[in-house]
Amino acid sequence: MSLRGVPAPELFERALDGDRRSLARLITLVERDAGESGAIATLAHARAGNAHVIGITGSPGSGKSTLTGQLVKILGEAELRPAVLAVDPSSPLTGGAILGDRVRMEDVASPDTFIRSMATRGHQGGLALAVPGVVRLLDAVGYNPVVIETVGVGQVEVDVAGTADTTVVVATPGMGDGVQANKAGLLELADLFIVNKADRPGAHDVRRDLELMLDLSHATGQDQRTGMRPEILLTSALTGEGADEMWRAIERHRTAITSNGQLEQRREHRDLAEVRNRAMALAELRVDELLRDGEHTAILREVSERRAAPAEAAEQIAARLRP
Amino acid sequence: MSSATDNSAADGSGSNEPKQIRVVLAKLGFDGHDRGIKVVARILRDAGMEVIYLGLRQSYKNVVNAVEQEDADAVGLSMHNASHLTLAPKMVAALAEAELDVPVIVGGIVPDEDIAELEAKGVAAILGPGASAEEVAAVIRRSVAARS
Repeated sequence: MSLRGVPAPELFERALDGDRRSLARLITLVERDAGESGAIATLAHARAGNAHVIGITGSPGSGKSTLTGQLVKILGEAELRPAVLAVDPSSPLTGGAILGDRVRMEDVASPDTFIRSMATRGHQGGLALAVPGVVRLLDAVGYNPVVIETVGVGQVEVDVAGTADTTVVVATPGMGDGVQANKAGLLELADLFIVNKADRPGAHDVRRDLELMLDLSHATGQDQRTGMRPEILLTSALTGEGADEMWRAIERHRTAITSNGQLEQRREHRDLAEVRNRAMALAELRVDELLRDGEHTAILREVSERRAAPAEAAEQIAARLRP
Repeated sequence: MSSATDNSAADGSGSNEPKQIRVVLAKLGFDGHDRGIKVVARILRDAGMEVIYLGLRQSYKNVVNAVEQEDADAVGLSMHNASHLTLAPKMVAALAEAELDVPVIVGGIVPDEDIAELEAKGVAAILGPGASAEEVAAVIRRSVAARS
């Protein structure tokens, strides 16, 4: 039985009935941003909003996949129906990718778990552009929680914090000293810190540096943004030690942000960001169109002949965006 | 949050670009020789495909799950312990049973006299040690195209 040619609304109905192949095909359509992706988004958005979205991020090799596997195991044992979106980078040269997260999860996952690997397909920031759409779809057909595992990130790839309800940042011993912990970026956006590979020397030093960083956030008043001090937990993903506690901490965070109104705020913020990103992408297409347009080569010639500055040329292009 | 990248126009909304080929790569059972599968993963990546890498000691069930949930277009099995006549047809049957219509390509050490039997039992293609990178990618593309 082939799914080829089955219209998206029917695939969606089947996915609601628990058909994984139809769900998998819908995800492919959303990823491709194919013609039907608009209809899928409309169907999914109307039903979404029930799933707690957990983002797991951290540097490459910090143990995100193994930890996600442990989390999924616990969720399966708790008779929940989790979905995992595991993102890995696409090659900037060929567009190809090796998606190697699933291998660390499959064996421990319950049959009710849905795992999907995604390549970034040219998007920077730690996630793929299609992630919000795919999360919405998984949420809409009844998966809860939805766990997003980002690509291995450095300091500034903070997309996940704009997509998840609870952002978990995974650190490991040997990641650097307290100065690293105080730099701006990803660490500011964590709702929960995991110090993984805690069986290795230096785990307590990492915890101390993170505690100090959080103390300073309190001293400068920065923590008023969330009103909550993130917990710091030690885990060893390989043995599963600490994974139960991690899930309890995630639940505590969810309860806290649900009762203090943060969850609603975050989701409003997220919707706004997605609308903005979409609008920007459309504007970008329009700009590219205009730049290809013959009459604008004249403007570009003025720039190359140094009669107009690039910013002036840009303003002329931008003026053309208005109807 | 950055949304603008050099590729964003090509990824942009409304475009109906051809489907990205997604390949599940696995070794079944107790075959620990994973040098070859790693090379093939790299070849396919560099040919622009998305590889869902399952690696060592996989079961039919794991592969079926992966093909289903990942909406994969092909399965590549790496076989180096003379189990191909037993395991590869069972993999083909397991996928058929799950109504997943994807080609199974076997790579590794397969004696010439076994090729006809594997093909008769539904294996789409067999790649031996001499296959070039171009050949590996071309065989996957051809096998996927033959099903769509």
